[in-house]
Amino acid sequence: MRRGVGAGAVAKKKLAEAKYKERGTVLAEDQIAQMSKQLETFKSNLEEFASKHKQEIRKNPQFRVQFQEMCATIGVDPLASGKGFWSEMLGVGDFYYELGVQIIEVCLALKHRNGGLITLDELHQRVLKGRGKYAQDVSQDDLMRAIKKLKVMGNGFGMIPVGGSYLVQSVPAELNMDHTVVLQLAEKKGYVSVSEIRDSLKWEKERACHVLDHLLKEGLAWLDSQAPGEAQYWLPALFSELTSRDVTPEEANQMTP
Amino acid sequence: MDRFSWSNGLLEINETLVIQQRGVRLYDGDEKAKLDVGVALLSTHRLVWRDVKNHECCIAMPLSQIVYFEEQAAGIGKSAKIVIHLHPAPANKEPGPYQQSKYSYIKLSFKEHGQIEFYRRLMEEMTQRRWENTPVSQSLPTGTGSQAGRIRAVGIVGIERKIEEKRKETDKNISEAFEDLSKLMVKAKEMVELSRSIASKIKEKQGDITEDETIRFKSYLLSMGIANPVTRETHGSGTHYHMQLAKQLGNMLQAPLEERGGMMALTEVYCLVNRARGMELLSPEDLVNACKMFESLKLPLTLRIFDSGVMVVQLQSHSEEEMIASALDNVTEKGSLTAEEFAKLLGLSVLLSKERLLLAEKMGHLCRDDSVEGLRFYPNLF
Repeated sequence: MRRGVGAGAVAKKKLAEAKYKERGTVLAEDQIAQMSKQLETFKSNLEEFASKHKQEIRKNPQFRVQFQEMCATIGVDPLASGKGFWSEMLGVGDFYYELGVQIIEVCLALKHRNGGLITLDELHQRVLKGRGKYAQDVSQDDLMRAIKKLKVMGNGFGMIPVGGSYLVQSVPAELNMDHTVVLQLAEKKGYVSVSEIRDSLKWEKERACHVLDHLLKEGLAWLDSQAPGEAQYWLPALFSELTSRDVTPEEANQMTP
Repeated sequence: MDRFSWSNGLLEINETLVIQQRGVRLYDGDEKAKLDVGVALLSTHRLVWRDVKNHECCIAMPLSQIVYFEEQAAGIGKSAKIVIHLHPAPANKEPGPYQQSKYSYIKLSFKEHGQIEFYRRLMEEMTQRRWENTPVSQSLPTGTGSQAGRIRAVGIVGIERKIEEKRKETDKNISEAFEDLSKLMVKAKEMVELSRSIASKIKEKQGDITEDETIRFKSYLLSMGIANPVTRETHGSGTHYHMQLAKQLGNMLQAPLEERGGMMALTEVYCLVNRARGMELLSPEDLVNACKMFESLKLPLTLRIFDSGVMVVQLQSHSEEEMIASALDNVTEKGSLTAEEFAKLLGLSVLLSKERLLLAEKMGHLCRDDSVEGLRFYPNLF
């Protein structure tokens, strides 16, 4: 689409331009031209920065955190696009996008066991293992930033704060405040019972059962109806390395109520 | 390594586990300790190490033994390490794997990574020094006190000074990097402000912006990582880059989609595409923005968003009615199906099978039986 041509359009434009220039307002298209120039300058500044400090970002997790926070403060997202300058010149993009792939793969592999909920610690350990000896180490902050980026793809990625750390959700299960609070309660022992919920949270039995049923249905909790006393609701996501072993999908199918 | 004592590895009351890491090998100074690879555990009071194969082989050392520690970067064929410099062992130390050692430092070698977090937590514990506030029931020999002060050899002071110098040097490098980064950010901020001014002008239609200029502007925003404040219906957040991407995806995804029954979750596509690329990877947003352009570019793919929020890429040739009809057929044949059973039948992911069943339900062909045993679908006979 070209700008209107013809004598009438030209005259109209000249009039508009004159009006704006009178008021001292800069036209948007002039500003866009200005931005283009500034962008070129910025690009070469960034190239210089990269040549001196690219390694710092790669090797120093503290520096990565600082960098991300500075970007956030000024309103820039260095991870928005692989085509962005930050990604292309500093290589931050590939680092986080690859991490995203690894996170998705770990969550997918364990979904049959934990229903799509995993502790940040366990996710961290497994991602590290998958990366192999010669790959670069990643911090939990790195994981969290990668997860935040994954959200946009609609698979329900999110983080739930429990016990000083986080549970990472990777399925679009609806988890509201009630569910989250029960998860936090279960964090200490890996399981929770109806009476524990009633004692700690002061809920009625119905509310507790409703929440627990939802967790069962979503595959996030398993029911141990043979526990001494009353039934216990176990959360596989919270099983520690020490007490769990890997469950195959077939076994998982047998065990879900 | 002569600072360690045999331990049962059990935590005392008031002692909390802070972090544990597998795949750790211990070094006595620069030499590998005569132990295998194991698990390193950090508590509020101690550093513990346990052999992975032989759980009875477990040793511990109080954190008060630690003078200073630093990271040693990984090299070719060498794992990253944390070097820990130690006070001399106190006279009343319990026996351990080493009677004596010529070294006053040990190393933890992280064969399965995890050194960043471990270092961070160790730093926190050494700063907080929680063991001083909450002594545990077992009397743990400490390295503090005037006695230890006298024993402290001059050699350690020399080592500490060198470490301090090296740290200042590293700090200087980082400070320089931060300074340069700050200057860069100031310039970036100017660009952000300029872009906001442009955006508001576009909104208020001051001046005569062509579509070309709008597209150019969007690509500038993309380069800088600035969120697009102006959404135009014609192109959305798309730029030439995204258009190109969309066409590439159109070619690349045909075969994989057909193999998977015509539908793939966006996260699956993300992994597939990025694994194939190897480098210059796509960001999640790049992928979403490219997929949003399928329709306007008349490509044979569609981006579809289910009620649950799940996003999929679908082959257009793959008709909705066919999908629903075949879902109904499958369910009728088996009497009833859960998402998991349906997934197995079709060789699809559970996520997508569930979406199909939900869709068929929405159209009135199936009805559900929702219980704690799971969600099961039946043909709708009503």
